[in-house]
Amino acid sequence: MKITVKLFASFRIGRFDREIREYPQATTVGDVVRDLQIPEAKVGILLLNFVHVDLQRQLADGDALSIFPLVGGG
Amino acid sequence: MPCRSFLWSGVADVKNPDLEQIQVFLADHAQDDLVSWAHEQQVMEQFGVTCSEVDELIMQSGFLPARYQRNRHMISISQQLQLLKSRVAVVGCGGLGGYVIEELARLGVGHLRVIDPDIFEEHNLNRQLLATIDNLGTSKAAAALKRVQDINPAVGIDPRQVAVGFDNGIELLTGMDVVVDAIDNISGRLELAQLCSQLAIPLVHGSIAGWFGQVSCIKPGQGTMQKLYANRTADKGIESTFGNPSFTPAVVGSLQAAEVCKILLIQGELLDEGILTVDLLQMQFDTIPVS
Repeated sequence: MKITVKLFASFRIGRFDREIREYPQATTVGDVVRDLQIPEAKVGILLLNFVHVDLQRQLADGDALSIFPLVGGG
Repeated sequence: MPCRSFLWSGVADVKNPDLEQIQVFLADHAQDDLVSWAHEQQVMEQFGVTCSEVDELIMQSGFLPARYQRNRHMISISQQLQLLKSRVAVVGCGGLGGYVIEELARLGVGHLRVIDPDIFEEHNLNRQLLATIDNLGTSKAAAALKRVQDINPAVGIDPRQVAVGFDNGIELLTGMDVVVDAIDNISGRLELAQLCSQLAIPLVHGSIAGWFGQVSCIKPGQGTMQKLYANRTADKGIESTFGNPSFTPAVVGSLQAAEVCKILLIQGELLDEGILTVDLLQMQFDTIPVS
């Protein structure tokens, strides 16, 4: 299935801003994060089609997933 | 202990005969509708009143303290008076907090409670407005007191060298019109959000990491902070890798100050339905939905 993956902030460095990527059925948000070699401890907001989700959420063909890093400094 | 000016209740404290004399003095010395700092000082010395009391009397008379004259085409005299009577708690006096405190004091917010348990360390000097070579090893909250007294004596400033938590949060935050989240750890932010929700106080969130940052204005009960950090497994984000440069806290802290100003004046559009993400490396600003 085709998933549009959008990366933000530091996750773009050495990767991409936006790509349509091919994944097998039953792929989860966490699978995509691991496929992109993003450390889970650095994951902040996850938006699936503009709705907040967690790493366990299963994807469907045509979904758009946005991945933001965890930002906590003051 | 809070300083006297933070507890000041207004010109009701000024004796009536003095009040009339002060009003006559102000009317005699206002140029156009501005009262200079030199004349304010004269009133303070002659009548033994505070700067905030004089500011209030000036604005009640339809004049403006001259140091606010560059505010005037976006903030009316009655709005400036509203700011003088407002109470804001800034939690964290480091990178973000230093800029927020500076800007709210210059704006004319009359009561600031500034809270931070930490002292300045050498690695703060690259970005924290309140950090100087001379105040290394001293309280950040105390540095905020000194800075605000230097730039706007009308502001009642109440420094607290403590961390806000469930044990003291009710006492520290009750009575505030707005709370600013300028903390440097995620668990503290989540506690602060819960406290503000409980007290029904709007919370202006800001956080930074390297070139990046985020801002949101959180209405009580909205649960935005919990969503922002729903996937976290650590207490620090990518700032532990990237650190923070001089300009990111200035940008994000200024956005927070603008949100506070709009909340206090009930003006403009707030970032309360969205989270603004800031990417200064690609110079890209995105607003993503809260729900």
